[in-house]
Amino acid sequence: MRPIIKVENLGKRYQIGQREAYHTFRDSIMRAAKAPWHGLKSRLNGAEPQADRNHVWALSEVTFEVMPGEVLGVIGRNGAGKSTLLKVLSRITEPTTGRIELYGRVGSLLEVGTGFHPELTGRENIFLSGAIMGMRRIEIAQKFDQIVAFAEIEQFVDTPVKRYSSGMYVRLAFAVAAHLDPEILLVDEVLAVGDAAFQKKCLGKMGDVAREGRTVLFVSHNTASIEALCSACLMFKNGRLIARGTTLEILSRYAADDADLGSADRSLLEHSGRRNNCIPTMTRVELRSGGATPTGVVRMGASLEIRVSYVAGSPLRPVLGAIVKTTYGAPVFCTSDRFCEKLVLCNPLVRGTVVCTIEKIPLMPGLYAIDLYLGDANGDFDVIDGAATFEVLAADVTGSGRLPPASLGPVYCQANWRLLED
Amino acid sequence: MANVSIEGKSEPSQIIVTSQNGSFDTDQRALVILVITERRYERWRVRRCVSKNVSHLNVPEENLALSGPLKTETSELPAEPILTIESARRWIGLDLHEVWAHRDLFYFLVLRDIKIRYKQTALGVAWAVLQPVLTMVVFTAIFGRLAGVPSDGKPYPIFVFAGLLPWNFFNQAVTNSSNSLVGNAALITKVYFPRLVIPSAAVGAGLIDFAIGSVLLFMMAFYYGVAFSVWILMMVPLALLTTLFAISVGMWMSALNVKYRDVRYALPFLLQIWMYVTPIIYPVTFIPARWRWLIVLNPLSGVIQGFRCAIFAQPFDWNAIAVSAGVTFLVLICAAFVFRRMEREFADII
Repeated sequence: MRPIIKVENLGKRYQIGQREAYHTFRDSIMRAAKAPWHGLKSRLNGAEPQADRNHVWALSEVTFEVMPGEVLGVIGRNGAGKSTLLKVLSRITEPTTGRIELYGRVGSLLEVGTGFHPELTGRENIFLSGAIMGMRRIEIAQKFDQIVAFAEIEQFVDTPVKRYSSGMYVRLAFAVAAHLDPEILLVDEVLAVGDAAFQKKCLGKMGDVAREGRTVLFVSHNTASIEALCSACLMFKNGRLIARGTTLEILSRYAADDADLGSADRSLLEHSGRRNNCIPTMTRVELRSGGATPTGVVRMGASLEIRVSYVAGSPLRPVLGAIVKTTYGAPVFCTSDRFCEKLVLCNPLVRGTVVCTIEKIPLMPGLYAIDLYLGDANGDFDVIDGAATFEVLAADVTGSGRLPPASLGPVYCQANWRLLED
Repeated sequence: MANVSIEGKSEPSQIIVTSQNGSFDTDQRALVILVITERRYERWRVRRCVSKNVSHLNVPEENLALSGPLKTETSELPAEPILTIESARRWIGLDLHEVWAHRDLFYFLVLRDIKIRYKQTALGVAWAVLQPVLTMVVFTAIFGRLAGVPSDGKPYPIFVFAGLLPWNFFNQAVTNSSNSLVGNAALITKVYFPRLVIPSAAVGAGLIDFAIGSVLLFMMAFYYGVAFSVWILMMVPLALLTTLFAISVGMWMSALNVKYRDVRYALPFLLQIWMYVTPIIYPVTFIPARWRWLIVLNPLSGVIQGFRCAIFAQPFDWNAIAVSAGVTFLVLICAAFVFRRMEREFADII
């Protein structure tokens, strides 16, 4: 199969740094006059003609191909070059190096509400915005009713947009954009607007678009929606394309990359959270998630392993308890061998590591801290508050790409749903 | 279009699609359209080829139960890329066909500018009339009466109004279009369309006022008892020339304004001087013959002279008009190339 997008060695360089906001004629003339002198001077000094501190490469040496019908997710930290990539593909800005070949028409959704003017009515704005995004007048007229129905603003279509509520505004803006019919669709984090019902509609529409066989490049930070929509992903870091693979591979790699090892593998010898009157016994805590490397990032529903190493004065049969708290300090759950009594029959050890594995972590995305309690059969003698912290990342555990709001509780619970006839 | 037929169901949720005139080429995508009800249909892509000319398509059970006649269509990727994006293009053509392809956008931008100009104003469209009329009254009082500037033997009010009309249009058009790119910065950084559309649309919005002013001009001529002749129709090509000139200057200024914000401050001042250098308040004969060639180089003087000759049914100065047209086209071509060169950086520096 031939690719529908071919990107070769793409690079985009921006000027940054000490530079006044806008030029004036005088400065340009002065610079032009000094230019030959500067060139000579720097060549004599053997320096580079253009200092690197004045430029940053937002994208460098990016090469990839997209097959028709693929829905590709683009993942990376802020500043990795994802939006720049979409801008270059949409012809908004020119590449500094490289070449792109497109075998289909491109429609881009980089922002919701492009072209809307507050003084114009909804109807006028639909035509204006549609024309700006590249639709013909006839096309907009044909799709007008669908657009209004999708946005649910039938009664308000003839009032000026400045009177709309923010929800209506965003629904209308997305409705126009959603009815673009290009062969290649570029979407840049626009699905994060609106309330829950609207987001459901947006994701549904994106799903339809994907199923119709269009090629989609989808940039998002919402890993749950990427998992729901995309079959493959590109991972960007510092302007370079560092990985391409299935969604699962890339998301795990992204999570691992993100890991803050500092809080996942800590020495507990001198920990500020240790309570007074404790016998320092715990030496190290390490968190793992389904691998052998310590990581502070766990995906929803993945396993969390807490490994606590200790050095005791005499052979100890350890009883370890861990309380998982939210960042506000509210405890979510406690897991402790004092109640499970699984290590009761082990050999006492002077130096050992207790491993506690939670198979499917039932937490909603967010930041959590762990309090550790180490003791023996008689009681706890080493307690550290906030011994380790970890982050839970969103994952598509529900199958629809959406999760309940985090404000409704930190626990995620799988449930089965059935309907019985009465 | 490959001939594709549906053979029926092999398993409860599969239909077999067979290509009748050969294999499913690797470059073809066969889309099977299921007509589920009259109004709803879904398109499913053939993904896996079991053998060269047979493919299985997985369809949810409930959709198959409802399905009516099945239609198919195929589409292929073009052999040559529709669009190639590269850096450092050496030859930057005008790409007028792309601008033409966006004519709907041009129309809607002009409509937008016209609508918002008069929304929520008390006098509305009357502003288009009040401004030239008041200027004319003041000029007649100061220059016509008090200073005694000659007017070729014609009533001074019409004389000056015929000059003010294209001038006001040009002034407004250039001022609006020079700020148009910076004013639409939000569009430029988020969507692609040929940027030439923006300053052109800003000029286009002023044409309505021009038209209203022309009606006023005719009414005044009627009031003063000036005889009409066929030459009045010359006003149309002259108006077109003015529009072209306004678009060229506007294009140039708007491109410069993106990079050098001085333009916004320099322009009103330049336009004021330009007005006095153009024979609006005075006839061309006012200028000594030695310097007259300088005045004629200004395309607007040819146009204004032409307007006056059209209204008063005097013989036209074809030389002046020819010079106007020549200078206009020269400026247009230069402006277009400057604009296209600078267009590449707009989204980065705006």
